[in-house]
Amino acid sequence: MKMASPLRGEVLNLYKNLLHLGREYPKGADYFRSRLKAAFLKNKEVKDPEQIKQLIAQGEFVIKELEALYYLRKYRAMKQRYYKDDNE
Amino acid sequence: MAALRALVGVKRVIDYAVKVRVRADGAGVAADGVKHSMNPFCEIALEEAVRLRERGAVREVLAVSCGPPACQETIRTALAMGADRGVHVEVAAPDYERLGPFQVAQLLAALARREEVDLVLLGKQAIDDDCNQTGQMTAALLDWPQGTFASALTLEPDGQWLRVEREVDGGLETLRLRLPAVVTADLRLNEPRYATLPNIMKAKKKALAVLAPAALGVELAPRVTVLRVEEPPQRQAGLRVETVADLVAKLRESGCI
Repeated sequence: MKMASPLRGEVLNLYKNLLHLGREYPKGADYFRSRLKAAFLKNKEVKDPEQIKQLIAQGEFVIKELEALYYLRKYRAMKQRYYKDDNE
Repeated sequence: MAALRALVGVKRVIDYAVKVRVRADGAGVAADGVKHSMNPFCEIALEEAVRLRERGAVREVLAVSCGPPACQETIRTALAMGADRGVHVEVAAPDYERLGPFQVAQLLAALARREEVDLVLLGKQAIDDDCNQTGQMTAALLDWPQGTFASALTLEPDGQWLRVEREVDGGLETLRLRLPAVVTADLRLNEPRYATLPNIMKAKKKALAVLAPAALGVELAPRVTVLRVEEPPQRQAGLRVETVADLVAKLRESGCI
């Protein structure tokens, strides 16, 4: 057994945070989970710490995008329901 | 008055993305096993309070919810979004069905007095009953000024006055309110942050007090009775016509021309 990378915890946290966000995904949590797992497994052989950091940053960007997506979805639903006459 | 205390009402409602169904007995909507979340307008009110605290204008943000024990989930979400302390006014399920804006306003007013808050921030309405009354009634019961449908909020440097921009027909109206005051949030006030998993975990350590309505000296006797809840009428199916002549004939038939 090799020594665990110091980035291991960060990667696991990223996975957990994404998994949590995926529960609200419009196409369903299962759809999101399988894609998420595949995306992480695709990079399982990556050993270079610099490259791992880059991938974590990429994951964090996806988190931001998902939060923005959920916010906009809710905002649009509210706007459609309660502000019908707006021309903006 | 250096730093204020804010009270934010957060309501647990059926999630906005869920298709609501009327219960078979026609006394309400089916809520069992349905996804619930925080009312979107309450999220906006809470976000504004948290931002005021982050800017140092507010010292403490109190999140309050009235209802069955499941409401604590909503309070936890509020704590994860940045509220400092939670208060759950426990109303058992049978009473909760008859709990209206007036009763909630009484509870909020009593709590605002008890906690000596300077600002009550609420969503303008809840997406389940669409009443748009709680904020107004709370202000009336407390005899405080109110700024409803706020689309911008600024605290004057002396900490005594609040400027509220409201969306009215044909433009914006700016009010200057003397604190303490009640403000209800409109959709465009801000963009609420997401309750992230690490923050939800941290929020578990924050204090959440449970109170009975009687402890606040409030009687929950309902003043309004719901007679019946019905689905909106189903839209009639349309039909296709081949030619203009057919269309005219059909329109004649239906008495449109």
